[in-house]
Amino acid sequence: MNSVILQLAAKYLRILFLSFALIALVRGHNFPGGGFIGGLLAALYIVYDSLAFTTQQIKKELIVRPEHYIGSGLVCVLLSFLPSVLSGSPLMQGKWLSLDIPLIGVTKLGTPLLFDVGVFLTVMGVTLLFLFTLSTKK
Amino acid sequence: MEILLSALTGLLYAGGVYLILRRSILKFIIGIIFMSNATNLLVFLSAGIVPGQPAFVDDTMKDAELMADPLPQALVLTAIVIGFGIVVFTIALKYKFFKTTSTDDQDQLTNTDA
Amino acid sequence: MTETGLPILLPFALIIVLIFMRSTVSSRWTGIVGALLNMIVAVYLFLQLRHDDVLVLQVGGWEAPYGITLALDYLSALMLLVTALIVLVIAIYAFRFIGDRPGYSKFHVFFFSLTMGVNGAFITGDVFNFYVWLEVILLSSFVLITMGAKKDQLEGGIKYMTLNLIASLLFLAGIGLLYGKTGTLNMAHLARILINDQQSILMNTSAMMFFVALGIKAAVFPLFFWLPASYHTPNITVTSLFAGLLTKVGVYALIRFFTLFFVQDVYFWHNLLLIIAGLTMVIGGMAATIYFETRRILSYHIISQIGYMIMGLGIYTPLAIAGSIFFMIHNIIAKTNTFLVMGIVSKIKGTFYLKDIGGLYKERPFIAILFIIPAFALAGIPPLSGFFGKFILIKAGIEDKHYIVTAVAVLTSLLTLYSMIKIWNEAFLKKQPESTHLPSKVKLKISEVLPSVILALASVLLGLLAAPFFEWTLAAANQLMDPNVYIEAVLNKIE
Repeated sequence: MNSVILQLAAKYLRILFLSFALIALVRGHNFPGGGFIGGLLAALYIVYDSLAFTTQQIKKELIVRPEHYIGSGLVCVLLSFLPSVLSGSPLMQGKWLSLDIPLIGVTKLGTPLLFDVGVFLTVMGVTLLFLFTLSTKK
Repeated sequence: MEILLSALTGLLYAGGVYLILRRSILKFIIGIIFMSNATNLLVFLSAGIVPGQPAFVDDTMKDAELMADPLPQALVLTAIVIGFGIVVFTIALKYKFFKTTSTDDQDQLTNTDA
Repeated sequence: MTETGLPILLPFALIIVLIFMRSTVSSRWTGIVGALLNMIVAVYLFLQLRHDDVLVLQVGGWEAPYGITLALDYLSALMLLVTALIVLVIAIYAFRFIGDRPGYSKFHVFFFSLTMGVNGAFITGDVFNFYVWLEVILLSSFVLITMGAKKDQLEGGIKYMTLNLIASLLFLAGIGLLYGKTGTLNMAHLARILINDQQSILMNTSAMMFFVALGIKAAVFPLFFWLPASYHTPNITVTSLFAGLLTKVGVYALIRFFTLFFVQDVYFWHNLLLIIAGLTMVIGGMAATIYFETRRILSYHIISQIGYMIMGLGIYTPLAIAGSIFFMIHNIIAKTNTFLVMGIVSKIKGTFYLKDIGGLYKERPFIAILFIIPAFALAGIPPLSGFFGKFILIKAGIEDKHYIVTAVAVLTSLLTLYSMIKIWNEAFLKKQPESTHLPSKVKLKISEVLPSVILALASVLLGLLAAPFFEWTLAAANQLMDPNVYIEAVLNKIE
């Protein structure tokens, strides 16, 4: 499809979709949301983009291949285990860090967030891989 | 509400079984989707339904009895994720199979038996 | 005990490394090194069991029954050990038999995700977590069985997928019903709740769901049709891996579930298990006799031998359960080995059809020896491992007065022997048929033969050292028959 309106809209909706995905990711620990939903939302934006542009153009925008999104997501998941193992507590126990960031206030960052980021990247990568595999015409 | 959802579960199972018994592979996949949704509903219903209450506690929640059981919801979420992956794989497999053999008929699948 | 999680974490880390790896040569080496590490982990965990009866890890620090528990007892540790052995030999075997064939570039990623799933299924102490591992195994095996994307493979893949998806759904439905009735999914907690449960009729609905689902996974009699329709289609490396591990996960779960918490309606279940065991043995063994394709013959024998393991569970004495476990471990080793040898044979002769093969005994006596060890082990010839497995089961059957199923087990041995002798006569003794054209003389590499040699040695050692090994399986069986140790270990702090 080659529609100017859709392509223009996609450019602006990109910001909306991605920020929505990120919000869902960050608030996920105590509220509805989380890595899986965030990842799906992010993938949704790329599905939308793929309607406006060609698959080749999107692949260029993504910088790395979808497999590597999956890989880096799994790395995040594995890294989120490290603090619990190093401090000698049971595997996968959540470890939290309180940070006083100017403007935002006291923010608690913890391994569950890192885990969620890993899920986010993995789900996004998996969905993109599905999309590219099924939409590529040979 | 529970009776309604139970009836829906049964309906989805019936539809799923009917579709699975059809000859077309695509209908089979749709049948699997039906049945997996029915199963998800079944798991979701297993703890009973608490109307209007979230499955997690914050500071305002005083009585844990009012809260919805979070475990079935977590289980269903996991099952949905797994089902999502499996359905995509089956569709990809069906697509590839259709491209190599151009058939959607299960009765044509006789090469690997006997 | 964080190290209890290692059988899952190690394959997980290997998957990450392999995803980023581009060259097939380096992923093959990573596969071998990773499989060796996995072996070390399994041996280490097994040795740890000398100090504790059950190793328990409450994941995330959430105490049972609220969190997910990983629990490792003797049965789990033995299964981990034999899985690690199979993973190691398959990693070596894949070096040449997968090699750098087109379409197989990501073989090792899914190989290790299958390993992770199998390891996870063996050590988890939570029914839903077990379901998740089943799905990990299922998805990896979908990919492995269709890898290469030949027409037959896709067709076999569809058949494999069909029945296994239905099994997964039934399993999940069983979990839903079980949770609805007991309010827990932790296996030890379930055992504590259900041990005095009088309403067995309510439990039987979910027990039946689990039985059918796991029966499909384990390929028992009326539910096995996916196995012979799909196992002969993929690369022989994949078939060998599946033959060793996949069905045994189902058997392991049957043993675990029906000794730990589905123990109410004993009369009904044990008779059902015995009937199904007998039918599975005979029908698998008889179906194998009509084929002349080695992989199909051996596939039907997988089914036949699942019957023996179910028989031990049906007799339900410590001796019988120990026999089941012994037989399962022997079968994983010997069955994988027969497939590995058939892969070598087809590499030499270019085919799996017995009618086109012949004269191997004169040509390559070493391969003949490699075949005869697992084949005789499967048939139950002393002093190889299969003899002791069958001997323990039959002894348990006679002691507990289950004469019919014991007689069936003995007769099925003859069917197995017949099939093995058929392969032996056709492939090794008979002269090479003249009409077929042979591939040029193949020189076998060490990495192709070494896996069979390792497994053949394992079979022989399992036979020669049967007594100490039987002690371990008996320890595992005693733990299963008296689940209090397991329950106490998992639920130590909770009333």
